[in-house]
Amino acid sequence: MSTDLRSLYQEIILDHNKHPRNFRRMEDASVSIDGYNPLCGDHYTIYLKLEGETIVDIAFQGAGCAISKASASVMSATLKGKSKSEAEALFENFHDLVTGKLDGSEKVEELGKLAAFGGVSEFPARVKCASLAWHTMKGALEAKTESVTTE
Amino acid sequence: MSTQAAIRHPKEKSFDVERVRNDFPILKVRVHGKPLVYLDNAATSQKPNAVIEAIHRYYMEENSNVHRGVHSLSELATALYEGSRETVQRFINAQRKQEIVFVRGTTEAINLVAASFGGDRIKAGDEVLVTALEHHSNIVPWQMLCQEKGARLRVVPMTNAGELMLKEFETMLTPKTKIVALAHVSNALGTVNPVKEMTATAHAHGIPVLVDGAQAVPHMRVDVQDLDCDFYAFSSHKMYGPTGIGVLYGKFQVLESMRPYQGGGDMIKSVTWEKTMYNDLPYRFEAGTPNIADTIGFGAAIDYLNRLDWNAVAEHERGLLEYATEAVSSLEGVQLVGTAKNKASVLSFVVDGVHPHDVGTILDREGIAIRTGHHCAQPVMDRFGISATARASFAFYNTKMEVDILVKGIQKVIEVFG
Repeated sequence: MSTDLRSLYQEIILDHNKHPRNFRRMEDASVSIDGYNPLCGDHYTIYLKLEGETIVDIAFQGAGCAISKASASVMSATLKGKSKSEAEALFENFHDLVTGKLDGSEKVEELGKLAAFGGVSEFPARVKCASLAWHTMKGALEAKTESVTTE
Repeated sequence: MSTQAAIRHPKEKSFDVERVRNDFPILKVRVHGKPLVYLDNAATSQKPNAVIEAIHRYYMEENSNVHRGVHSLSELATALYEGSRETVQRFINAQRKQEIVFVRGTTEAINLVAASFGGDRIKAGDEVLVTALEHHSNIVPWQMLCQEKGARLRVVPMTNAGELMLKEFETMLTPKTKIVALAHVSNALGTVNPVKEMTATAHAHGIPVLVDGAQAVPHMRVDVQDLDCDFYAFSSHKMYGPTGIGVLYGKFQVLESMRPYQGGGDMIKSVTWEKTMYNDLPYRFEAGTPNIADTIGFGAAIDYLNRLDWNAVAEHERGLLEYATEAVSSLEGVQLVGTAKNKASVLSFVVDGVHPHDVGTILDREGIAIRTGHHCAQPVMDRFGISATARASFAFYNTKMEVDILVKGIQKVIEVFG
């Protein structure tokens, strides 16, 4: 595999694609919201359980490519227990990461496992795949009632 | 090639793919350091030098508006523009050049018919009949019309192989059916529909037929008089011509009975505040300054195609599709979507456990361009219970060696996602 492909499809991404974490329906969610990528038909539902300012549980369901599914999975594992404002800050960092704005920055280290998506910035057509779950999560935090799309 | 080999493969000699490839400069491009393997021809085909040069020459030496000026350049541009119309007329064997309406593409052609023909003739309670394998462009204009009129959109079902169910088709033709709209060749599955027979069946019930020929014209010679359809829509850019230009063929009497689609210059005879006299066919449907340069480029594309031996082209494409079908379907964990007996150009497939977008990204790094997604045919995807496929689609400039590269690429996909 070429270097850039290996940097896109890192082990952690392939693993989360095959064995997505928190991949379930949440019956007692505080808020759930659908996200679509009309370009490729990827669609996910993100469930959040909120207690005050804290995300006490997060889950997702849906279908899409390896990048979008792994991104939703890693996001869910990362955000559990985080506050709303922490989640929003991570959204910004993650967005900068996949659009290539964090190159060499120390913020990459703060992203932990999410840093695995850094390779996406070399594949402009796939940025929306990586950010779909995040946009949807942000929509849920803002309690948007309609669905979110990447367009 | 030795004489012996030539005797063993006499058919390959009548079509020299390497010579044809030289006519398409983009085929020499490299992608990610690898030679381009362009297998996205059903989305848009590449353009030969003859087309690129015709457009270049037009802007360098011939540019002027048509149907207006008395000056020499305008006369030249008009002659070239109208010359393309006659080229199209001969290409699809239309009876009269007035039956050739230039539009932006297949989508606009269908919208024109839905708005003008459908707008006048379809009333509440009527039915429009389409098929299960249509592109969105042959669904949505009809859906919009039906919503507006309170009419019903009905859908001819297809089999698991992707073939239309013809008995059901016939039973769905009722006195309420006002038009049948169907694809000649499915863009997502490659199925070639028996449009001549289906047109005859619809006509036996007195129902007019529109054929979406976008995916057919690049692969087979189409004779609209032989098909006897009332409308035939197609795009230049899928048949080696420029984007932004296409054709609505309509039978003269049918077009003559239709009201204009858009108003503006060129589509009128005279305008006063009280009354506007509409122009004759086909200009009545060509409001505004047309896409002159690309129409001339389109004519150049057809001239180029006319110089090829079409029996040999068809044979080459059939050989490619057979070879690719065999090779791709024998890969473990790969399923073909669309296995009709009569197919053209298209190989849609899914790889177990791998989303088509990931297939597309990995193939791209090998220099291979394919389409991934729903191919603007979401109802087709729903029919097969999938959200997307990977689609390789062939043109006559593709080679078996490129199919081998595709197969290696798919093996790599399986390896990555193992």
